[in-house]
Amino acid sequence: MDDQAALSPAIETDGGVWRFPAGAPLRLDSGAVLPELEIGYQTYGRLNESRTNAVLVCHALTGDQYAASTHPITGKPGWWSRVIGPGLPLDPDRYFIICTNVVGGCMGSTGPGSANPKTGEPYGLAFPMITIADMVRAQAMLIEALGIDTLFAVVGGSMGGMQVLQWAADYPEKLFSAVCIAAAARHSAQNIAFHEVGRQAIMADPDWRGGAYQSEGVSPSKGLAVARMAAHITYLSEAALQRKFGRELRKDGLSWGFDADFQVESYLRHQGASFVDRFDANSYLYITRALDYFDLAAGHDGVLAQAFQKARQVRFMVLSFSSDWLYSTAESRDIVRALNAAGCRASFVEIETDKGHDAFFLDEPQLDATLRGFLEATAQARGLS
Amino acid sequence: MSVIREDFREILRLVRPGARVLDVGCGEGELLELLQREKGVDGQGLEISPAGVSACLARGLAVVQGDGDRDLDHFPTRAFDYAILSKTLQQMREPRHVLSELLRIADQAIVSVPNFGHWRMRVSLMTRGRMPETRALPDPWWATANIHLCTLRDFTDLCEDLDLRIDACAALSNGKAARPIDPKRPIENWRSESALFLLSRRAESEPDAVPKDLFGEVALPKAEPDRPKRRARAKA
Repeated sequence: MDDQAALSPAIETDGGVWRFPAGAPLRLDSGAVLPELEIGYQTYGRLNESRTNAVLVCHALTGDQYAASTHPITGKPGWWSRVIGPGLPLDPDRYFIICTNVVGGCMGSTGPGSANPKTGEPYGLAFPMITIADMVRAQAMLIEALGIDTLFAVVGGSMGGMQVLQWAADYPEKLFSAVCIAAAARHSAQNIAFHEVGRQAIMADPDWRGGAYQSEGVSPSKGLAVARMAAHITYLSEAALQRKFGRELRKDGLSWGFDADFQVESYLRHQGASFVDRFDANSYLYITRALDYFDLAAGHDGVLAQAFQKARQVRFMVLSFSSDWLYSTAESRDIVRALNAAGCRASFVEIETDKGHDAFFLDEPQLDATLRGFLEATAQARGLS
Repeated sequence: MSVIREDFREILRLVRPGARVLDVGCGEGELLELLQREKGVDGQGLEISPAGVSACLARGLAVVQGDGDRDLDHFPTRAFDYAILSKTLQQMREPRHVLSELLRIADQAIVSVPNFGHWRMRVSLMTRGRMPETRALPDPWWATANIHLCTLRDFTDLCEDLDLRIDACAALSNGKAARPIDPKRPIENWRSESALFLLSRRAESEPDAVPKDLFGEVALPKAEPDRPKRRARAKA
């Protein structure tokens, strides 16, 4: 491994796009092959001498690699800058933290907006279907290219948590620990249903142009904004919406029209409008489809425990939020049961909060404390100072 | 080193080095940590309170937030060498089911129970005519978490019903060293404040390999097979 490590170029920068040569294509679950794979990534901290302190952070559906750095488009702080940073549970002084844009994404990784080598035009719907396992396979290629044998931890929430589970199933020997937050081992009918609403909203936008909007110089912003608005409701709990907005009006009195009278309407419109600036509609279609196709047990005779059969040495931490109805505590418990049944070392906590699914981005002290406790103890077991 | 609780000391004595241990109701993980340190066990905790779970995690213990009444059913058969249930059987909604689950999950169970047959209880009930409030069970009846109290004799009868073997038993009273006893001797039912049992299944009652469902859970036994036996006994 030392030889390979010596050959791998060390990443001096904090991020960029990793280009794999044509001889290292990404083979997809669908049977298709992505030549000249590119992976957008950011890293924080330094890989230690023994290469034992690498942490892979997996992002959610609409996330990206800018987990702890200013987003290049929105200028906002990274989506997990509450967790990654000096003195925080994922401290770059201690860990080498890697976050990659998923395959199919639109922030540097190969996706439907990338140029199709056959035509030179953006792929659009010619882009092959991708899966959570494909995303993980691409991450594993990058980890290997970086000369990292074993990840100290793979950590993620929501779709990131699904990638964590997929890592445990596909590359257990490369993991020391795994943290799965607010996720599920498969997409439920309700999950699929909400995604279908989003996809139909995009495809109903006349500017979608059968997916070829880029070549035609337009963008299905309205459809994508509606998709985001519908999805955003699923990320919040009813209690959180009520607490935040109630029936509050934006101005005194009703407009007696269809303007955004209510604060909650205005908030959702803002969420939709700002989303289209940073996200690609086709990426949204492909990634939501990857989520819908996700069913970890399906590839293991329908028995989830079998997916974790080889992960007995991995230290698992599963977290859920009490008010998350998108990926509920029951789904996390199913994961924990399967881990127990497989004889894995698993911990599980349900965090009491009314903030819903999005709690994993938000100020949730018990989440921080739990992550910190688990990572600290795991780091000691790994011999990290 | 801090003083070790007497029941912990006794559990420490009973557990084989390097064993796989499930501590049901592990609190902040003191016992599991002790067992890991002293006996090198591979420990797993089950704890209902979030604060307890967080404390366990910070100690580096594997712990699942859950409820002994509800969540034991989801552990696979014979996954552990020992299942420990310390002073909480009497707080379970279904102690009988919990006890049989402990011995499905593990080869041996270490269970401690307060003895309602202790002389202080009997005297208190007889002289005051009220539910006893003693140093072992200090709460008034309307505030106690102990909803299924039993005497030593009740407990050994239940073990008999469930076809469990008592491999060891020690009487425990506050602050005193554990005293090995024969729990079936009537005198012990008078003088033991609480007792700690090491239990195992009798050979013929070993659980069969149970089919797994979608999540690899173990299918639950549909009925409690030895109920009729118990009724017969009650009539006799």
